[in-house]
Amino acid sequence: MTTLQRLFKFNGGVKPTYNKEASTGLPIAVAPAPTFLVIPLHQSIGGMPRPLVTAGERVLKGQRIGGADGNESSAVHASTSGTVIAVEMRLMPHTSGLSALCVVIEPDGRDEWIPRQPFDFRAASPTRTRDYLRDAGVVGLGGAVFPTHLKLNPGKRGKLDTLVLNGAECEPFITCDDMLMRERAETVLKGAVIMREMLGAGQVLVGIEDNKPEAIAAMEIAAQAANAAAGDAAIRIVAVPTRYPAGGAKQLIRILTGIEVPHGKRSTDYGVQCFNVGTAYAVYHAIALGQPLISRIVTVAGNVGRARNYEVLFGTPMRDLVALCDPLPDSDRVIMGGPMMGLRMPDDGVPVVKAANCVLVGSKKLFPPPPPEMPCIRCGECAKVCPSDLQPFEMYWFSRARIFGKTQEYHLFDCIECGCCAYVCPSHIPLVDYYRFAKSEIWAHESEKEAADVARQRYEFRLLREEREKQEKAAKLAAKTAAGREKAAAALADADKPAVTPEQDAKKALIAAALELARTQKAQVQPENISNLTPEQQAEIDAIEARRAEIREMAKPHVRQND
Amino acid sequence: MCGKTTEPDSDSFVNNSLNNSPYFRQPASVQSVMLRVLAALIPGIAAYVWFFGAGILVQIALASVAALAAEALMLSLRGKPLAMFLGDGSALVTAWLIALTFPSIAPWWLTVCGTLLAIVVAKHLYGGLGQNPFNPAMVAFALMIVAYPQLMSQWPAAGATDFATQWQAIFGSRQIDAITMATPLDALRTALHSVEAQASVASVLGANPAVGGLGGKGWEWVAVGYLLGGLWLLQQRIVTWHMPTAFLAGLALVAGLFNLIDDTQFAGPLFHIFTGGAMLGAFFIVTDPVSGTTTPRGKLIFAAGVALLTWIIRTFGAYPDGLAFAVLLMNIAAPLIDMYTQPPVFGHKNGEAS
Repeated sequence: MTTLQRLFKFNGGVKPTYNKEASTGLPIAVAPAPTFLVIPLHQSIGGMPRPLVTAGERVLKGQRIGGADGNESSAVHASTSGTVIAVEMRLMPHTSGLSALCVVIEPDGRDEWIPRQPFDFRAASPTRTRDYLRDAGVVGLGGAVFPTHLKLNPGKRGKLDTLVLNGAECEPFITCDDMLMRERAETVLKGAVIMREMLGAGQVLVGIEDNKPEAIAAMEIAAQAANAAAGDAAIRIVAVPTRYPAGGAKQLIRILTGIEVPHGKRSTDYGVQCFNVGTAYAVYHAIALGQPLISRIVTVAGNVGRARNYEVLFGTPMRDLVALCDPLPDSDRVIMGGPMMGLRMPDDGVPVVKAANCVLVGSKKLFPPPPPEMPCIRCGECAKVCPSDLQPFEMYWFSRARIFGKTQEYHLFDCIECGCCAYVCPSHIPLVDYYRFAKSEIWAHESEKEAADVARQRYEFRLLREEREKQEKAAKLAAKTAAGREKAAAALADADKPAVTPEQDAKKALIAAALELARTQKAQVQPENISNLTPEQQAEIDAIEARRAEIREMAKPHVRQND
Repeated sequence: MCGKTTEPDSDSFVNNSLNNSPYFRQPASVQSVMLRVLAALIPGIAAYVWFFGAGILVQIALASVAALAAEALMLSLRGKPLAMFLGDGSALVTAWLIALTFPSIAPWWLTVCGTLLAIVVAKHLYGGLGQNPFNPAMVAFALMIVAYPQLMSQWPAAGATDFATQWQAIFGSRQIDAITMATPLDALRTALHSVEAQASVASVLGANPAVGGLGGKGWEWVAVGYLLGGLWLLQQRIVTWHMPTAFLAGLALVAGLFNLIDDTQFAGPLFHIFTGGAMLGAFFIVTDPVSGTTTPRGKLIFAAGVALLTWIIRTFGAYPDGLAFAVLLMNIAAPLIDMYTQPPVFGHKNGEAS
């Protein structure tokens, strides 16, 4: 099956040391529930879910504790049964060291589920199925945590050519998808079958890097069974060349189909949609078993004695997970994700969330500090390895010089922050940091502009409204005046002059009255501005801004890798 | 809903002052790039010593010392870390290129002055490593040939001088006219430009004892040395194929075309490629990343431009070799060429709006 597929290439990429063997020696184990679960409400791209529980409340495993805020959001659930201790601000698993609202649960050890029922997606409308998945908290498990229900939409054409399942897993150290495919291939493909039906996709291509022969073999057996059951040959397992970042969604789509999805375009417009294998597994659990997303497989690797994959309840402190793997004494950091793109955690006590495909323990020996930064010599190595075909050194020059308009001309926002450029730079320039800086500056500038635009619009609307009111008043006044004039005109009927008709006189008075009113009201209106917002309005604006900033923060560091 | 309300645990092993992703890097450094460029020059230098004597080694030593001294001085004036930048090897590359493009029996002060100008003016006054718009070695060559055209045009013939004579020439105790002769490029230009003589390429080159099988006698082998080193640089992925290919092909093309039109007035492509600084230029000078273009198409245009200008200056200009001026002229155009040759970005290859 693998030999039939024609493969395409993406430019650039690097071949770092993969270090994957350490964590594939042992089967996936279930990590024990911790003393306290700290479950952040905001674990996906999109709106921040509203808390549905309060302190003191008993919750069951799988019970919704955070309700999706609108459609572009995703629910959050209690990972086990227990008591809600607090709903409070806790440190988030993000380098920024910011806190956000979390539900803290003390498990009762009974692990008591909510009643679970399969969801008949064939009987339900597509919209209802998507709502169900949204409320089941299913999001992309490749690291980008984009809500899955938003992507399970075939778009304008009503059906797709290809559903791509991403099992490439190109980041060094990470093996959670590898182990998932080795051990639970059948379930992954059952999820893929559901997704294929929802998308009306003609074929399913599962892309797996060829450094995972066991996973490829297991998936092939499962694919044969699934194809036999369906009576077609829609599912194909495709071994793709091992080259980072082959697991970037756009790169994998390119490799498997030859289609390049430009930045800012939907892949469904090109007849393709891409999901991580872990997401397919989660979809199956939600639809067929009625289980919302409450855990995931996490690789614990790096500077540890026993690297391994664990099935981990969301909210489990990373510290507890690391402790299971004998961290070495010289450990100095915990990274969520891999060494190329992972986020350095502000503390090892932050919880495992839906985005956490790997908890990577680092040390100075494993990840030595970069040598001092030298000037760029324009050698062009970065451009050679860029999978987005950018000119990284040019973007670096302009980011450094704070000429952000130029960085955008050089397609800064096509950068997926994969880190290949920084990986090869002979001058040891932290190039990705410069791009993150430039992007955040541009975002900040745009949100300021947006805020100013909103304020201006509000002001203009107010002027418009006042103008309208003014005209209404003026019209009333003029009507009165006209009536008076008519009487006077009737009294002077025989002495009238042909030059000034009563109608003209009335019109003049109307204009004069309107002008006068406008003048006085303008004088009143002029000093009023956005500075006169009520505290409620201001609070509302602030809350909106904060939410925006947070979404941006969450969206920022992720390539849509494996989503 | 964000705020810094919770402090990290104090007993955590997490160090918050570390770098962001990526956390590991390919072992690569500016120093290793520069040292490999120097290593690639060795075959050419070996051939140089074999045919023209060890005088060139004296020049290389002079230029190296001058370059490192100037670099150290400028770095300390600019308040930059000495060890890091002196060790990067970029000054040595400039120095060696100056020594290899200057006549090997040039007086010592000519080489030293050229090197000082390259490092102090062309490199550091423009901002140091990575910031110079012009190739420093070519700035040195151009300034010196304008200031001292006589001295810059006196080359030893292959095998004609021993080391002692060269030493004396370099350190000023000997009149150098007696031991030099016109290079083939120089002889050709002088003869073809003179109105009274009925010279042709064949008659000039045939009569000149400095002419070898392909280019200048001995020089063709030095060129082969540079070619070998250059191919190794290609294999090491320090240079890409674009510039050497475009330069050599461009030079051969224009020379070949005019040679076909009138072979009495225009020398052939092989002659142009194997004489003067062509081969050194193709792999070591045109390819300077800092002052050249960086996009694939830009590299082709840049190198072909240098080739064309080199041929024009060689053929019609007042100087025997045109490489330095050609490189400097194209350096000026490099940012513009880069701007107009940006490769299409992923997903935008079909001319779609970005």
